[in-house]
Amino acid sequence: MILEKAILAAITDSVHKVPVGANVFVCDTKAEMDKVAAELEAILDGIAHKLSNDVYIIVKH
Amino acid sequence: MNEFTVPILFSVIIGTLSRIYMFRTDYRQYPTYPHGMIIHLALGFIAAALGALVVPSIMSEEFTAVTFLTLAASQFREVRNMERKTLTEMDTLELVPRGASYIEGIAVTFEGRNYLVIFISFVTSLAYLSLNVWASLVAAVLSFLVARKYMTGSKLGKIAYIEHSTLSFEGAGLYVDNIYIMNIGIPERQEEILKHGLGFVISPKNFDARMTIGNLGQRQAILHDLAISLGVYRDSGTPALVPLIKRDLDDGRIGVFILPQNNNVELAKKIISQVPTLENAIRMPTETKEKGSDQS
Repeated sequence: MILEKAILAAITDSVHKVPVGANVFVCDTKAEMDKVAAELEAILDGIAHKLSNDVYIIVKH
Repeated sequence: MNEFTVPILFSVIIGTLSRIYMFRTDYRQYPTYPHGMIIHLALGFIAAALGALVVPSIMSEEFTAVTFLTLAASQFREVRNMERKTLTEMDTLELVPRGASYIEGIAVTFEGRNYLVIFISFVTSLAYLSLNVWASLVAAVLSFLVARKYMTGSKLGKIAYIEHSTLSFEGAGLYVDNIYIMNIGIPERQEEILKHGLGFVISPKNFDARMTIGNLGQRQAILHDLAISLGVYRDSGTPALVPLIKRDLDDGRIGVFILPQNNNVELAKKIISQVPTLENAIRMPTETKEKGSDQS
């Protein structure tokens, strides 16, 4: 299946802010968020976008 | 041997030589492969033979023989298809693809050059048979100069100004000058981009150029040429490092963002100014008649 423009995962440290339905990775610190986002970006071949200070999303373009 | 043999051979040789001259294997053209080259040489030879035969067949009152030129048209249309197919297939494997418009431009050029060869050998044989061998040499040189003029298209440097510009981040948003490029989330990636990235702003010289440089195919061609000449700092699976061009909607300027391996700004500016303006990207809205469709 070829995905175009899809949110593959969301990384957050405040769980109530992310959309229901995405694969959510909850982290404790900002540093952990950066690390998880970088790993997921590499694994999923997507781009990590920053929506706000609390939420990253990995998007397939 | 009859009175036509020497003129025909002479024109075929001139035509084939001109096709060889037209092979400019530079950074953007594709026949860097010996076999691709042989295919085009053979087709160039056929084109030269077709052009050379026109005048002798008319002189010997074999008018129907001229219909073989229609063969040529279908034959060379096939060349365009062949080029398009090969380049499209190779494009999927490029780190920075050429894009469909650029490929179409190259394919059309390959077809067009065969017609130029027909023209050159036709003029040469006409001059040989109606005057003499010296006249045909002069005609060959003249038609060759005409062909050379038509062979080179316009360059981007003629229709736009190119300036180096700084990359900056506002929050997670990457900007070239004040043109938004994309959202880069991870701080580590942002540092990488600021360290390796180059930004350029291309501003159109007039309204027509504004439409031309806005064309997506033209933009992709700019990125491809830059990436081919300067190298590109990316690999498969790193979409955050993909070079991008975005447009300022207010004034039609475009912001180029690329991560080259060779960070030579002056060279990059030179390369951008040498990017061909693609035939199918050229738009001329100012040529529209004022009264609109009732003028057509």
